[in-house]
Amino acid sequence: MIHPEVIWVILGMALVTYLPRWVPLVFLSRRNLPRWLVEWLDLIPAAILSALLLPELVTNGTPRHIALWQPELWVAIPTFVFALKTKSLGGTVVIGMALFWLAHSVT
Amino acid sequence: MLMSILVFAGSSQFIAVSMLSTGAGALSIILTTFAVNLRHLLMSSSLAVFLGDATRRKLTLFAYGVTDESFAVNHTRFSRKTWSLNRALVVNHTANLTWIVSSIIGGYSGRFIHQGAFGIDYALTAMFICLLIFQLKGRLYVLTAVIAGAVAVILSLIIPGSSYIVLASIIAATTVLGLKKWGAR
Repeated sequence: MIHPEVIWVILGMALVTYLPRWVPLVFLSRRNLPRWLVEWLDLIPAAILSALLLPELVTNGTPRHIALWQPELWVAIPTFVFALKTKSLGGTVVIGMALFWLAHSVT
Repeated sequence: MLMSILVFAGSSQFIAVSMLSTGAGALSIILTTFAVNLRHLLMSSSLAVFLGDATRRKLTLFAYGVTDESFAVNHTRFSRKTWSLNRALVVNHTANLTWIVSSIIGGYSGRFIHQGAFGIDYALTAMFICLLIFQLKGRLYVLTAVIAGAVAVILSLIIPGSSYIVLASIIAATTVLGLKKWGAR
């Protein structure tokens, strides 16, 4: 029923999710990471989220091409403002979905 | 559901599902998961400070539940010195159980929601927007996000697949750290 590759993906994900949580707990109990590495790791989440998000907003199709006039991009603007004001994850998801739905029923 | 039991990492599960649906390769999904979860390396490292005298067996149980949310709760309590590893274990595994039960409910009720309904396609994008805002804790983070986003868009137009995510992130974080060190001299 489930594609065998999906099982491999899940097992691989389990491994790379668990190991980074386990290794530092067991081996770094008292030692500290070098400062530059800590600072670098600290920047990574912001980088990854932005790298995930932006191409989704401004590109489309395969092979990808720039698509600025699509609801993905302009719904993102009020959603961004809402998230910035409220800092509410659940609220942002609901607002984003509602606006996207609206944008699709209008066009 | 299998994924929820074994992986227990919300954002990477969502990313994996969206990558699977676009036909991304296994290796790039696993690499992306690794990159997304790298932050837990940092969280575990800072929790380790409080757990110098804990047994390896308990730490192994504990590691499974280190997530953004449980980290936030446990780290605050640990720093107030009113917390024990056993209590932290309860926090982590209650969260995990809720996660698994919700996944099962979602898996069975999801089929009654037809594709595209209620703007469900945008749920992930909106979540990323909000999670990104949580990460923008200062000017350097904003700069990192801007560089990563711009590089990711350019790379995504040039190279097929989704390796642009990890590449752009590494380029952005390294550039900003380099600028910071260079500016400090």
